[in-house]
Amino acid sequence: MMSDDHDHHDGKDDHELRVSKIRDGTVIDHVRGGQALNVLAILGIDGNEGEEVSIGMNVPSDRFARKDIVKVEGRELSQDEVDVLSLIAPDATINIVREYEVIEKHRVERPPAVDGVLTCPNPACISTGDEPVTSRFEVLEEGVRCSYCGTIVRDEIASLIET
Amino acid sequence: MRHDHLITSKQLSRTDIETVLDRAAEIDADRAAVADRHAGTLLGLLFYEPSTRTKMSFETAMKRLGGDIVDMGAVESSSVTKGETLADTVRVIEGYADALVLRHPKQGAATMASEFVDVPLLNAGDGAGHHPTQTLLDLYTIRENAGLDDLTIGIMGDLKYGRTVHSLSYALSNFDTRQHFISPESLQLPREVVYDLHQAQDGTQIREHDSLEEILPSLDVLYVTRIQRERFPDENEYQQVAGEYQIDPETLEDAADDLTVMHPLPRVDEIDPAIDDTDYAAYFEQAHNGVPVRMALLDLLLSDARGEDDE
Ligand SMILES: [Zn+2]
Repeated sequence: MMSDDHDHHDGKDDHELRVSKIRDGTVIDHVRGGQALNVLAILGIDGNEGEEVSIGMNVPSDRFARKDIVKVEGRELSQDEVDVLSLIAPDATINIVREYEVIEKHRVERPPAVDGVLTCPNPACISTGDEPVTSRFEVLEEGVRCSYCGTIVRDEIASLIET
Repeated sequence: MRHDHLITSKQLSRTDIETVLDRAAEIDADRAAVADRHAGTLLGLLFYEPSTRTKMSFETAMKRLGGDIVDMGAVESSSVTKGETLADTVRVIEGYADALVLRHPKQGAATMASEFVDVPLLNAGDGAGHHPTQTLLDLYTIRENAGLDDLTIGIMGDLKYGRTVHSLSYALSNFDTRQHFISPESLQLPREVVYDLHQAQDGTQIREHDSLEEILPSLDVLYVTRIQRERFPDENEYQQVAGEYQIDPETLEDAADDLTVMHPLPRVDEIDPAIDDTDYAAYFEQAHNGVPVRMALLDLLLSDARGEDDE
């Protein structure tokens, strides 16, 4: 799944040093420049649970002109948790770190649907009112589609992240 | 048919559609045979928007199967105004009735409501979303008049907001059909609908036009819908645009002799009354077909819910 090139890049690049190493936790790398805060939002990480979070924004990168990096200390994110990132950071790589070592490394994969993560932009949609219902979006090849009203969103999915 | 609920025409396969239409034809041919078939059954009607026709049609269908209805009544006089959620309301009414019919202004309302109930729920319109029972009666009418395979249909008018149109096109994509969509540019099909029609496996052909003229001679069916005044910023623009999508005997001069003209009704001035007495007109027949088709649907869903085998 991962090419040698990525490993090489991650292991040796000086730019990595801009964000401090973590001991145990998750490093989300190769996030498109400017999306780091959306990554935290979509994962529901707001610092209120005491996680140590460090962010590198607009770090020079070989793959993009600029990339963002998010490091969450003390939390190993599951595949399900990170797959939702595919909506806003499709190229992200996930590194699970224990005792300063990357013990697992994978790409985000597109989940078939995401629940309770995005808010439907259609004001006439039943999921946006006072009903006791969790938002649900089917993930399409391009974009997402509300399972209730059918609205398709292709651009600016990050703006739909529930807060 | 094995479904708990009828929410959208998208859930219906070709076999499902044919099962309903066949049953409707049987019932239509001999209504007396089913007059007591669902004696004692109660159908709960929850209409959050007024729709006298659809409601009467369901009521008639249930009563002609020997059952009866319980009606939530107008929204203004019910607990809805006290702020009760739809999810709560359907869970309460579920305890009174053997099946529910829901019309609601919000898109996706029927999908959501169906997640909260165990009795069959039929969507009678959810905002700009779906209206599958209208679709089934449309399909029944098309099948009776022109057949559903090797069909060339023109669908004209407000294609953007017209839910009957969306539901109908999804359903028709199960058959060998060429669908022509005729509308002003501002009222074209939403991209969601176009996306779905392109996803349809059976390779239905769809094309969009801004004028009826060029394709009229090739049509087996012309399905006309109303263009509403409120879709336009001013009266002049409305008059100008709407006028181009009205039909009269002169418009139909180039039509095939066996063209079938349909309309979900009520019409305003989209179809000149001079067409009513011609062989083209099928819109009143279409409206009447709502009863046998809804009888068939109720019969199939209620029999399923009771675990009966029809055959
Ligand atoms: Zn929605």
